[in-house]
Amino acid sequence: MNGAVITTRKRNYLNASYTVRSWLLTHDHKRIGLLYLIGVTFFFVIGGLAAAVVRLELMTPRGDLTESETYNKLFTMHGITMTFFFLIPAIPAVLGNFLVPLMLGARDLAFPRLNLLSWYLYMLGGLMTMWAILAGGVDTGWTFYTPYSSTYSNTYVMATAVGVFVAGFSSILTGLNFIVTTHQMRCPGLTWFRLPLFIWSMYAASLIMVLATPVLAAALLLVGLERGLGIGIFDPAMGGDPLLFQHLFWFYAHPAVYIMVLPAFGVISELVACFSRRRPFGYAFIGYSSFAIAILGFLVWGHHMFVSGQSVYAGLIFSLLSFLVAIPSGIKVFNWTATLYKASISWETPMLYAFGFMGLFTMGGLTGLFLACLAIDVHVHDTYFVVAHFHYIMVGGTVMAFLGGIHFWWPKMTGRMYPESWARLSAILIFVGFNLTFFPQFILGYLGMPRRYHIYPEEFQVLNVMSSAGASILGVGYFFPLTYLVWSMFYGAVAPENPFGHTGLEWQTASPPPTDNFEQIPVVTQEAYSFGPDDALRGPSEEVISIVQAS
Amino acid sequence: MDTSFRLLPEQASTFAPDVDLLFAFLMLVSGLLSLGIAGVIVWFAIKYRRNSAADRRATPSHMLLLELSWIVGPFILSMILFVWGAKLFFAQRHPVEGALEISCVGRQWMWKFQHPNGRAEINALHVPLNQPVKINMISEDVIHSLYVPAFRVKQDVLPGRYSTLWFQASKVGRYHLFCAEYCGAKHSGMIGEVHVLEPTRYQEWLSDVVTGTPQMGGGGRLFDQLRCNTCHMTGGEVSRGPSLLNVAGRRVPLQNGQQVVADDDYLRESILRPAAKIVAGYHALMPSFEGQVSEEQILQLISEIKAMSQLDAKKPEGELKKE
Repeated sequence: MNGAVITTRKRNYLNASYTVRSWLLTHDHKRIGLLYLIGVTFFFVIGGLAAAVVRLELMTPRGDLTESETYNKLFTMHGITMTFFFLIPAIPAVLGNFLVPLMLGARDLAFPRLNLLSWYLYMLGGLMTMWAILAGGVDTGWTFYTPYSSTYSNTYVMATAVGVFVAGFSSILTGLNFIVTTHQMRCPGLTWFRLPLFIWSMYAASLIMVLATPVLAAALLLVGLERGLGIGIFDPAMGGDPLLFQHLFWFYAHPAVYIMVLPAFGVISELVACFSRRRPFGYAFIGYSSFAIAILGFLVWGHHMFVSGQSVYAGLIFSLLSFLVAIPSGIKVFNWTATLYKASISWETPMLYAFGFMGLFTMGGLTGLFLACLAIDVHVHDTYFVVAHFHYIMVGGTVMAFLGGIHFWWPKMTGRMYPESWARLSAILIFVGFNLTFFPQFILGYLGMPRRYHIYPEEFQVLNVMSSAGASILGVGYFFPLTYLVWSMFYGAVAPENPFGHTGLEWQTASPPPTDNFEQIPVVTQEAYSFGPDDALRGPSEEVISIVQAS
Repeated sequence: MDTSFRLLPEQASTFAPDVDLLFAFLMLVSGLLSLGIAGVIVWFAIKYRRNSAADRRATPSHMLLLELSWIVGPFILSMILFVWGAKLFFAQRHPVEGALEISCVGRQWMWKFQHPNGRAEINALHVPLNQPVKINMISEDVIHSLYVPAFRVKQDVLPGRYSTLWFQASKVGRYHLFCAEYCGAKHSGMIGEVHVLEPTRYQEWLSDVVTGTPQMGGGGRLFDQLRCNTCHMTGGEVSRGPSLLNVAGRRVPLQNGQQVVADDDYLRESILRPAAKIVAGYHALMPSFEGQVSEEQILQLISEIKAMSQLDAKKPEGELKKE
């Protein structure tokens, strides 16, 4: 590559204008996607730093690094920033924003101004929460259980709740935008069954965002009413019911798990198809299973409440439904595995993340069966077993898919290639560090170590030290992409239109795409993932090399 | 207490071996499944790597039978797990008849227990070996959760509502007792020890009032101290309030024509908010005791009322059982 290449490059959405104003007032879904990328990365770092202090504190059974009050604020900060300001927006708002119109052959989302508004709401909510943390912190845990949050906690609960409440509307608007865009703006010939699986899963996740998030808003509003105005809703001392909050919260927060993981499924379906050079095995089953998960996901919230004091019979029903939701998740894993059969698999970075995802998500999903199983859940509920389980889903699943997706679409987003060997190294580091961090926590949980414990009995120390050691490897693994991806924006090899040889419409336009995405609106004549016979043997890396050399 | 490094927790209740067997089955199933899936992924990833000479003819894009097999297979497996887990859970949630009843009050950040003879203890729980024990629990402030890992039992302790937990200890020793539901600053300090004693040792411990904590109410009946007997005659004669003989666990007809089972929550409500449910044939005369009696005293009163009911041998079986 050389400077001449860059100067002769066509106008694209990045070089269309350079002013700060042109970014902050942009209606371009691709720029808004990048704004979101900056936002979620910022919050990921904040949440990660909180986790680092938590893991450092847990190296010893005593409370020698922080006070209990500080420790409680740290894990709360970790949970709130990671859940509401990283995991929920990560894939939908960054990759979804960037890719949904491109994959649909559209020039933008249906409501570009609404899209910009949702970024501002997200940042406003996030910064309000950060302010609450700086002003003194909040110590309720990300779950805000009442009556602790509504009556007893002396920390900045209201400010945090308002922050989360505001950010919730950004989720609702993003979901709405995706649903309307998918219905209205598909290019000619792009029928529902020709859609990439990423769109199917984004659509299912959008339905949950639109339907579930208002319930969280309502629950937080009620906490505010009780805390601010003394209206008895949850505190029995004021005639309220403490379990009502848990029902409202989990009615949102369980489907929210699927807001985080359904888009990850979409990413993995794309990665597996591309790097296997095969149409995903059982395309329709993968697509339908997203909807099965979205619907069943609304009916299982009570499995967070088996020991809460809800009726035994409610527990039985929620256990049964929770087992059923495992089936569509299993369908996905089995279908991805079957896609590899007689495929032509290359082991590039995004595919390494996809392999990692399949392994870790499988373990996360299978340990979910332990928790759906009533008698086991009684023992492991609120222990480190649960902590390990949801980190396998959220970090082993969603974060792996997010990083895999970021690498995969990085050339499209920035027009530059990332350094492959560094990227592979960090993918491996993340996989190893992750397992070392979280696997010991399964054992800790079955041994009975409760979660959110600042000080713990001595016999749990060995496993906690292993976990903290793993976390340091994981931290290094995350630090690498943060640096080499930024580096690659300036010094990376110039990316061709379609460096990985994938079939989606986003690869049929320039890298980076022009502001209105396509020179001409494409017309789709084939099914998704129609790899030609030549594709099966073509080495994408070689293609990259040849194009770079030719230029 | 055994504080050595271990990978599985001690088994110290009759539930523990059952829960561990189910856990072992789940480990086996999920271990086989995850190793199987990982093995197939690695095998395919190597065999069908780009540029390998593997046979790629006749690649199927879908196979209905295969799809159905991995829907039906996991469905059957999960139903086995559901039934197994649910059966154990059902037993865990239904205390056996005649269990020793201990009351428990949780507050930020301590556990208080009281035994039937009035002996109380803080952050420690003494229980007899091989005897079913039922704990009636309530919180004075936020939600807590009583958790004894060695017994494999856990139950949230709510403010304003009783919850129960039962177990039968199967091994003498000392075990951890944790609060499992996050309850504020010193959540991780809300811990204690369960002491499982031989039944004779437990009886000795109960009667050892010299070293024991003083009993609630100084030994006399709280029922008499609070002058409940002014209105609720215990002899069975007609008075201003309904007799409390034989009331616990029974159906009580109300003024509005409804009926209510006189469980712990109903008795507690009748002490704190007497006007909420008026017994048929009586008037709303009773003053509220809200703020005048602590949660411990309410539990003490309830156990005294239950003791009055147990005097009556005609009490039909099973009515005490409540969900």
